[in-house]
Amino acid sequence: MRTCLVVDDSRVIRKVARKIIEELEFECVEAADGAEALEACRKQMPQAVLLDWNMPVMNGLDFVKALRREEGGDKPVVVFCTTENDMAHITEALRAGADEYVMKPFDGDIIESKFQQTGLLRAS
Amino acid sequence: MIKQDDITFVAAEAFKRSGLVLSADKGYLLESRLAPLARAEGFPSIEALIGAARRDRSDRLLWGITEALATHETFFFRDNTPFDLFKQDILPVLSRARGSSGKIRIWCAACSSGQEPYSLAMLLEEERARLGGLRVEIVATDMAPRVLEKAKAGVYTQFEVQRGLAIQRLVQHFEQTGDQWRIKPNIRQMVNFQKQNLLENFAGLGSFDVVFCRNVLIYFDADTKRQVLSRIARQSAEDGFLVMGAAETVVGLSRDFQPVEGRRGLYGRANAQLNTRAA
Repeated sequence: MRTCLVVDDSRVIRKVARKIIEELEFECVEAADGAEALEACRKQMPQAVLLDWNMPVMNGLDFVKALRREEGGDKPVVVFCTTENDMAHITEALRAGADEYVMKPFDGDIIESKFQQTGLLRAS
Repeated sequence: MIKQDDITFVAAEAFKRSGLVLSADKGYLLESRLAPLARAEGFPSIEALIGAARRDRSDRLLWGITEALATHETFFFRDNTPFDLFKQDILPVLSRARGSSGKIRIWCAACSSGQEPYSLAMLLEEERARLGGLRVEIVATDMAPRVLEKAKAGVYTQFEVQRGLAIQRLVQHFEQTGDQWRIKPNIRQMVNFQKQNLLENFAGLGSFDVVFCRNVLIYFDADTKRQVLSRIARQSAEDGFLVMGAAETVVGLSRDFQPVEGRRGLYGRANAQLNTRAA
């Protein structure tokens, strides 16, 4: 089964995201900040990363920059999922190597649509 | 619960005005769709709204009811496949046939709040380099003034721009305005929105090379479907295309359009050419 790393410092958000992502038939791994997420990626590179922006220790933007420098770190599809919902943040995220961007609040339809956009899921 | 004869009355009026077939078991649909209208019109209940419409034969209220009952659900690049068909099959064929100094006309019938025509406009903008001097006009129509207003404004909520729209397209084709997103003027200008009821004469719209009529006819009875398809054929170029919803077909309803093999939802007029890409 393919894995998706869910990175968010809110346990509640991680739980909601996990439920949605498991329904899309991904196995879920959780991390509470960018540094934990990077550790998880070094252990096993996931196929997808759902990534919050503002987190303690290492934020989402620094994580994606670091990930893209890792060996095999170009592979995972990185989908930001954040309350930062302005054009400047979106373009900065894309420039740093993110593939898609979800503006919170989100629901299952949006995650599914974004996973389709990036080819993680076939369009229904 | 809405009374059965109120349901029958509303169903008959909506059918007469829009062709919408509302079966007798759709009481729940009436409740959920008419409640906001009743509130907006200042009635204490749906029953009061229908009662006033019946008593006064108010054309304005009856149109409001019809509009509220129609399904306006849509999103950007809905179902994907039709847009792939457009980009990979229809556009290359027609641009070859019309030549770089030619023009193609596209009609989005029942465009609701505009996501379908704007999706096509974004695609065309992205394909511009390959199209040379080919001019493209998109006409988008709906019978409901409220959704047309929204379509013309081209302003969408954060929720709406996240369904079906790739983030690169949001960045490329939209501007942020507060917590909403407005489609850029170059895309907006590519679409000409007009009010048009499919039950009424639409010959005035002119002739089209491609007609998108998706998830519209499913709400009509068989006679209305036949009649609308026949009139669409009259407005279609001899080598034109028709795109319908994934769950729809012209088979048994129209001989003017033939299904294109291996391309679900795509139909061609008698002289329609097809690309040689593998199905």
